[in-house]
Amino acid sequence: MRVMAIVKASADSEAGKMPSEEMLAAMGEFNEEMVKAGVMLAGEGLHPTSKGARVSFGGEGERAVIDGPFAETKELIAGYWLMQVRSFEEAVEWIKRCPNPHDDPGEIEIRQVFEADDFGEEFTPELREREERIRAQAEQNQ
Amino acid sequence: MSERDARRAIDAVWRIESSRLIAALARITGDVGIAEDLAQDALLAALEQWPRSGVPDNPGAWLMATAKNRAIDRLRHGEMAARKEEELGREVELRARLTELDPAEAAADEIDDDLLSLIFTACHPVLATEARVALTLRLIGSLTTTEIARAFLVKESTVAQRIVRAKRTLAEARVPIEVPGPAEREQRLASVLEVIYAIFNEGYAASAGEEWIRADLCEEAMRLGRVLAGLMPREPEALGLVALTELTAARFPARTGPGGEAIPLPDQDRARWDLVLIGRGLKGLERAESLGRPLGPYALQAAIAACHSRARTPEQTDWERIAALYDALDSIAGSPVVRLNRAVAVGMAFGPAAGLELLDGLADEPALRGYHLLPAARGELLERLGREEEAALEFSRAAELTGNAREREVLEARAAL
Repeated sequence: MRVMAIVKASADSEAGKMPSEEMLAAMGEFNEEMVKAGVMLAGEGLHPTSKGARVSFGGEGERAVIDGPFAETKELIAGYWLMQVRSFEEAVEWIKRCPNPHDDPGEIEIRQVFEADDFGEEFTPELREREERIRAQAEQNQ
Repeated sequence: MSERDARRAIDAVWRIESSRLIAALARITGDVGIAEDLAQDALLAALEQWPRSGVPDNPGAWLMATAKNRAIDRLRHGEMAARKEEELGREVELRARLTELDPAEAAADEIDDDLLSLIFTACHPVLATEARVALTLRLIGSLTTTEIARAFLVKESTVAQRIVRAKRTLAEARVPIEVPGPAEREQRLASVLEVIYAIFNEGYAASAGEEWIRADLCEEAMRLGRVLAGLMPREPEALGLVALTELTAARFPARTGPGGEAIPLPDQDRARWDLVLIGRGLKGLERAESLGRPLGPYALQAAIAACHSRARTPEQTDWERIAALYDALDSIAGSPVVRLNRAVAVGMAFGPAAGLELLDGLADEPALRGYHLLPAARGELLERLGREEEAALEFSRAAELTGNAREREVLEARAAL
């Protein structure tokens, strides 16, 4: 199964403060462990939300663009890993071994990734077609 | 912590730690069987203690320390001196090594070396392929005997026996637990790659069963391949095998229809291919190619798979390149199946008549007798030449020959046209 581990933001990460050399080394070591175990499929860090934006969806098809930065720091996302594991618990066990990405207390959230089979009946041909178009477009843009 | 939570947490820890644990113990004891027994002792101790005490902060070191203590106990009681003829000195040495062992201090490259040694031992050519497969899944993949049996649709006792016998064979042949030297290396690596690919193919083809893909085995094989490639990053064939499995697995979501029927490559909905795996596979292949050594059979097959992965529509497939890659593959690892695939590629690149001509040369190939893909390919080319009655005959022959129920349905449908 695939699992995504989501690193939440901190005041420092939101301020664009780069991790210390020590932290980078510890994180590098952790990443290497996961790569060597064949578990890590992908992983990236995100710029602070001051460089981000949100599109908000109103009731009547309205769209509004809101530029960052955003408040509620602890709910924001600072990075992620995509992992291939045999059980959800295995992902939890890996993340328990991760160095704290920030100087302050914080959280890493672990979520199972939907795979095609999980959608079942809900995933109608129309929905599928739409998703396919988007994915095809994403592929073109690579 | 509830019993059930503890059990699942221990399973997760075991999954992460057991191969390294067994690898270190195998180096120290010189025996894969004893190493696994000691590791199992440590697991039992964890199952007994962790539900009460919680999972320790460094579970790997805890397991190693426990296994080490068990080993010293066993030495004291003479259980490990099963080989009486071995000089006493060995036992003294073993005791010394066990005492010195500090699980928290093991250097990363030492752990890597142990693990690679264990992989080469589990995949030693002295063992039959199915024994190597079972032992590798057990020792490196940390699958239980029950899980292996279920995946391979055989009885649990069969797998258990296979593993016991494999360990005995390794001990009797006195196979040293080490990474082979340069002279042996290529041949021994081929033996390892063969095991990983066999696991992948078992999941992919599931020829004996009704299920088209047993994805778990494929994921397991990809994981094993990545572990190996991580330990041997300058080995183009290890990288090539991982790329091949990833590029192949990327197509799984598109490989079956809603009713479970097989969808052949040209008809697959490419938007459903897995972009994460394709990205990884293409990057891995690039790395293999950049090592500047001639590509081996796995890297070449990955390069062929990559031609399909890069094509956004079937029409964009670079069939000339595929035909050339099959030529290269045929010259280093030629087989009737490779020539069959080459004929199909030539048929796509240079027209059905050219492909058919090559296939005709394979008609009397004993290795392809009873192989459903030969008539299936002939049917395909004949159909494109407008020789529909002949094509239908070939499709029904192919349908009779295939062992896969889903595939049979597809072929029968084509024969009925």
